[in-house]
Amino acid sequence: MKLIELKNIYKTYPNGVTALADVNLQIAKGEFVFVIGPTGCGKSTLMKLLYREEKPTKGNVLVGGIKVERLRNRKVYKLRKKIGVIFQNYRLLPKKTVYENVAFPLSSDGIKDSEIRPKVLKALERVGLKEKIKSFPDELSGGEQQRVCIARAIVNEPKLLLCDEPTGNLDPKVSREIMDLIESINKKLGTTIIMVTHDAQIVNRMKKRVISIDNGVITKDIMKGKYKENESN
Amino acid sequence: MRAIRVFLRSFKEAFKSVFRNFSLSIASVTCTTITLILVSIAILFSYNVNNVTKKLENELTIIVYLEKDATKEQADELESKIISIKNVEEVKFKSKDEWKFEMMNYSTTLNTTLSYLKENPLLDSFVVKVKNVRDLRKTSEKIQEYEIVRSAEYGEGMVEQLVSIFDIIEKVTIIIVIALVLVTAFLINNTIKLTIFSRRSEIEIMRLVGTSNYAIKLPFIFEGLFLGIIGSIIPIILTIYGYIIAYTRLDGHLFSNMLSLVKPFNFVLYVSLVLVAIGGIVGVLASYRAVRKYLKV
Repeated sequence: MKLIELKNIYKTYPNGVTALADVNLQIAKGEFVFVIGPTGCGKSTLMKLLYREEKPTKGNVLVGGIKVERLRNRKVYKLRKKIGVIFQNYRLLPKKTVYENVAFPLSSDGIKDSEIRPKVLKALERVGLKEKIKSFPDELSGGEQQRVCIARAIVNEPKLLLCDEPTGNLDPKVSREIMDLIESINKKLGTTIIMVTHDAQIVNRMKKRVISIDNGVITKDIMKGKYKENESN
Repeated sequence: MRAIRVFLRSFKEAFKSVFRNFSLSIASVTCTTITLILVSIAILFSYNVNNVTKKLENELTIIVYLEKDATKEQADELESKIISIKNVEEVKFKSKDEWKFEMMNYSTTLNTTLSYLKENPLLDSFVVKVKNVRDLRKTSEKIQEYEIVRSAEYGEGMVEQLVSIFDIIEKVTIIIVIALVLVTAFLINNTIKLTIFSRRSEIEIMRLVGTSNYAIKLPFIFEGLFLGIIGSIIPIILTIYGYIIAYTRLDGHLFSNMLSLVKPFNFVLYVSLVLVAIGGIVGVLASYRAVRKYLKV
């Protein structure tokens, strides 16, 4: 069953740069997909189309049955509630504690405190940060901040988790821990994961579906791919 | 139910945020405090000035002197005629004996002169108070036309000048107050805008994790309200205590009894209300507009 479908996507920015050209893509429920490519190839744009940070110039974006490109600004939050997003720079609210950060998507939605608490604790337990509940983001290491970001992304139990270079700022050991965490979320919760990365090691080790983008065009889409497939492939 | 929870949580969050963003809050509050103190001074000053001019205007009257041979009936008829004029507020009869008595008390020279005379040379009169002093001249001219009126005097030229000066003072003080309120609104608006500008990444993050615009806006709006109200506390304290102290020190008037000050109660309370309203409303509007700008993602 497909969760995401992109049909004939074109994206041209107002400054004339074409980020994506005629992209067609289907991603099924529960898949783990890497999106790779050189800087500026359009992979971040692809991600932004999925959570409606950007609208396609042409084409349709379907995420879990929602026609994303037709969403109005005011209604975007309804889509984003169903999607978890993890960023390279964590993007935590600096003046809120770990608990408040993870609880934020729920509390700002008006959910009862008695329902929020177990969910937040479960998410924090899953990322292994239960004891740092009262810390502020700037008191945590990079790896820990990324874990908080992951906990916040999964607290709503989304079907889709978008990861934009989640290990970009972390050392190899911590990166590995984060990747293990994300993989376990994929396996245990059945969450579909799309990850943009530059880390060849990670891609090669995990042997998942790899989509390569170059100059706004999908050049390769291989089921058990590697970062740099040989030309002989 | 959900919307109510979001509302109450926003209130709590805004309160926390004021303290967690302490340095930014201090900046906004200080700016609000200083400008509101200026506004308060301007309001106190202009209200008092206007109070004095109103009082002085009230003292302006037309004195209608009657002919010497006017009978009692004629005088009564004239009185009812005068009182039926639209602009007339009050008519009081003042006999020539009252005038004489008043004049004799006024100076010793007059006293000796008048007591030397056998007959009272003065005239019976009506003292007419008008509703609008700007029409003093017209009213007096009208009265002049009636029978048995010898003359209707109101201090001519001098009064007109005085009234026009009062008008100018009134207008100038009102303009000063309005200008100060506008400047205050502008300054508070700008500091709160900067406060929110420095936190625009927070707004972005909130949007990214799926927060509705309503839930993003509310805490910021409450924060603006709190900052505005907190900023008006010191100006209000200064207004109430400052004015009461000044009033008692000056014994309720400036220089002479003519320039009496407005009584502190309930005057200072109204001014305080105006100050807190300016702070709160400008705070709310400023943060609402600033957040909305960053919500256009």
